[in-house]
Amino acid sequence: MNAELIMRLRGLIRKEALQILRDPSSIAIAFVMPVILLLIFGYGVSLDARRVPLALVCENPNRDTASFTAGFFQSPYFVPVRFGTVQEAEEAMRARMVDGIVWLRSDFSRRMLNGGNAAIGLLVNGVDANNARIIEGYLQQVWAVWLAKFDAAQGLPLRIPVQVDARVWFNPSVTSTDFLVPGLIAVIMTLTGALLTAMVVAREWERGTMEAVLVTPASIHEIILSKLIPYFVLGMGGMGLSVAMAVWLFGVPLRGSLWLLLASSSVFLLCALGMGLLISVVSKNQFVAGQIAIIVTFLPAFILSGFVFDIRSMPAAIELITHIVAARYFVTILQTLFLAGNVWRLIVPNILALVIMAGIFLGLARRASHKSLE
Amino acid sequence: MPADTRKPIDAALELKSVTKSFHTKGRTVRALDAVSVAVKHGIVTGLIGPDGAGKTTLMRLATGLLTPDQGTISVLNIDAVSQPQRVQSVVGYMPQRFGLYEDLSVKENLDLYSDLHAVPEADRASHYSDLMRMTGLAPFMRRLAGKLSGGMKQKLGLACSLVGTPPLLLLDEPTVGVDPVSRRELWAIIHRLVEERSATVLLSTAYLDEAERCNEVILLHEGKLLGQDEPAAFTRQLAGRSFHVFAPHMSKRALQERISQAPGVLDATIQGSRVRVVTEQAVVPTAEQIVGGAAPDMQIAPVAARFEDSFVALLKGSVDVPPTARAAPAFTAAAPSCTPSGEDVIVVRNLSRRFGDFYAVRDVSFTVGRGEVFGLLGANGAGKSTTFRMLCGLLPASEGTLRVAGVDLRSAAARARARVGYMAQKFSLYGDLSVGENLRFFSSAYRLEGGHQRERVEWALAEFELGPFADATSRDLPLGFKQRLALAVALMHEPDILFLDEPTSGVDPLGRREFWRRINALAERGITILVTTHFMEEAEYCDRLVIMAQGRILAQGTSEEMRTRFRSNALPNPTMEDAFVALIAAAENHQVGSAA
Repeated sequence: MNAELIMRLRGLIRKEALQILRDPSSIAIAFVMPVILLLIFGYGVSLDARRVPLALVCENPNRDTASFTAGFFQSPYFVPVRFGTVQEAEEAMRARMVDGIVWLRSDFSRRMLNGGNAAIGLLVNGVDANNARIIEGYLQQVWAVWLAKFDAAQGLPLRIPVQVDARVWFNPSVTSTDFLVPGLIAVIMTLTGALLTAMVVAREWERGTMEAVLVTPASIHEIILSKLIPYFVLGMGGMGLSVAMAVWLFGVPLRGSLWLLLASSSVFLLCALGMGLLISVVSKNQFVAGQIAIIVTFLPAFILSGFVFDIRSMPAAIELITHIVAARYFVTILQTLFLAGNVWRLIVPNILALVIMAGIFLGLARRASHKSLE
Repeated sequence: MPADTRKPIDAALELKSVTKSFHTKGRTVRALDAVSVAVKHGIVTGLIGPDGAGKTTLMRLATGLLTPDQGTISVLNIDAVSQPQRVQSVVGYMPQRFGLYEDLSVKENLDLYSDLHAVPEADRASHYSDLMRMTGLAPFMRRLAGKLSGGMKQKLGLACSLVGTPPLLLLDEPTVGVDPVSRRELWAIIHRLVEERSATVLLSTAYLDEAERCNEVILLHEGKLLGQDEPAAFTRQLAGRSFHVFAPHMSKRALQERISQAPGVLDATIQGSRVRVVTEQAVVPTAEQIVGGAAPDMQIAPVAARFEDSFVALLKGSVDVPPTARAAPAFTAAAPSCTPSGEDVIVVRNLSRRFGDFYAVRDVSFTVGRGEVFGLLGANGAGKSTTFRMLCGLLPASEGTLRVAGVDLRSAAARARARVGYMAQKFSLYGDLSVGENLRFFSSAYRLEGGHQRERVEWALAEFELGPFADATSRDLPLGFKQRLALAVALMHEPDILFLDEPTSGVDPLGRREFWRRINALAERGITILVTTHFMEEAEYCDRLVIMAQGRILAQGTSEEMRTRFRSNALPNPTMEDAFVALIAAAENHQVGSAA
């Protein structure tokens, strides 16, 4: 009896593997999609402000203003453009040719020497609030550095009594790639786990092959297992590829243990597979299954997992909803393992949450599957 | 499973007063209504009925895939309701779409089902070679199932359901849409199975002509059991009640119309140049009786009863037939009976259509005269639909000329379309719109407006007796009414050419008769009709037809000409299907001959 069970399971898994190998779309979702997403997010999308076009208006150019503005030309963050008057610069900002204006008035040097107050004006385009804050921050830093040098050169006492010695933990160079890529892996796993499984099981219903397999000695457990195992392997393959790209291509540090990464990914993948199975059993139609999978798994993983948008800054109601998004826990685990290390206090509760969710989804999928058409 | 503990088995499959209903969107459909049948061991039992009869529901109940609302089901002495898994482990089942994995090869499909049935590896080689010999699939073991022809897929599906050597085989419409040659081969395999392995087979089909190939027949209609018996027993009841009537001085359609109105006539259908009549009494009718007047040169000859005759008789006797179906009116307009004139309305010359280097249609030529009913006959994939799409101006021809209503389709497809009415194969109207809304929408699509549009909608509702359904949602109409609506829509702009694509597939014989009476009446009024069909018997309604296979025309002429061409001592009375099979064989011999 046991030998027969293994033979049936082997047959079903082999069939699934052959289908995966022959169907370019499942390979594309499992391996090409992660590469494309990682390349887009790794290289294309960045939350850092870099090469910001900046207008410099110097009403009375002299040695002091030149030494100040030189800082901008050396900075990797700005692309300065000189304008003769503030009016011209404002015109350029309206046309979105520049994102900020630094205005050095005609009495710049005099004010500096008199120890008077800030002699520069800053206008920032606030349409993109995030960008505006970043420009403001960078500019203040440039200003502070220059001011210290200026005062030292003039033999004046330091005007800033306390030097801010900022240190950024876990991501010292403050590159958003390090932060985005681990979260992205959670999104990719959701895609292979839930979307792919939902589609392939629905395809069997649509093509009538499920009906034929149901009328065989194979039990419903064997049929479910034969779907879980191949897509688990495929999902872990996609995971491996993503981690490899993260570490070797984008240079994201992996500070936690590989074993913990493997264990937590396995649990999350089971959770995603459970969701996929549940969706396909309910819809039995590839188009509907795809739609549902994108709406209830992929989009929440993108928006509500904390992968891009910080959960703590969400309204309370939305924050509550994020608790049923499995990707939320996995994003936290991945960001911790990659950037901070084995922080057990964070990882254990999140893994537990994933274990519970995987149990719920797999259990529901099992309960919804019958060897019948009703 | 030890066999000795079993009780002696009377029936391989037994249903006792089984009822099954489905609920969708507040509607309840009773798919099976208190059906009791018993399928005997070691024979082929046919489960026969039109679409919606409940065949698939019965199959799925027997496999434990559905549970009945009431009644008991016993399969090989196992209760299918309480122990579906045990049933599923022992029966062989082939669902309607064969259950094949198209991206797996023939061998891989067989391997999968062998694994599922735990066939020992050591036995497989001999087992497979046995199955391959039976199905003739041996040369295609490595081919992907998706790349097989329809007939080969069907055989592979059968082979897959056989790997576990099941004592009971349940086949759900295995022969639908398959060409007659493959159909015959499949039947040969099934009969060999029953002889060599003493298997029990339950096979469902909508083709009434397959009844004669079964040892026993279960006849279903709209969820009700009409009867279960040997096929001969059904036809025996009609002994001496079937006749061929031929009147040289009357058009066959007018003759059929008059006969079908006569008292004592159950059924009148056109068969070639004759009219086939089934009477209520086993007495040879006189001309006086059936046409209501003297017809001196009329010939009336008795013929053998067909299974379809008995089905129609059963339906008319036992089922509440709506009065309209009993006597569908010939169109009320007093139309002068007109015979096909010499004028050619459709001209097709050397028509070809290539897709890449594959010819879907190759060098096809035919002409259709005004008022003629012309048929394109062939299996799925023969090139009928491609030809049709080119005639409708939906697909440009690769080569050749096409003229419809005197208009060259290459230069003025839109102008030709305005003269053509088109009824698609599947119900292609808007299911969410009501009958009236569909009529108004499609008439406005043909630019009918204002008073004229209202007039045409009124006409359609009256002519097709759709008035009571004007506000009903089209999706919920019974199949026969949907078909009427589709025909009404195709006629809204008063076309003089009507294209019908597989118009009666799935419709029960009464619905089919009603439909053809309307078509005949249209033809009598001078409307030219082009129809595609894979029902060989439907060819009898056509004045002339072409038989297509693999994109080419194999034969052209009247159905009678084709049948007489293949008359022999072995086959003194060949059917349309016999003619078709012989034509295919001749074409293949020719190919082999020219290749050598």
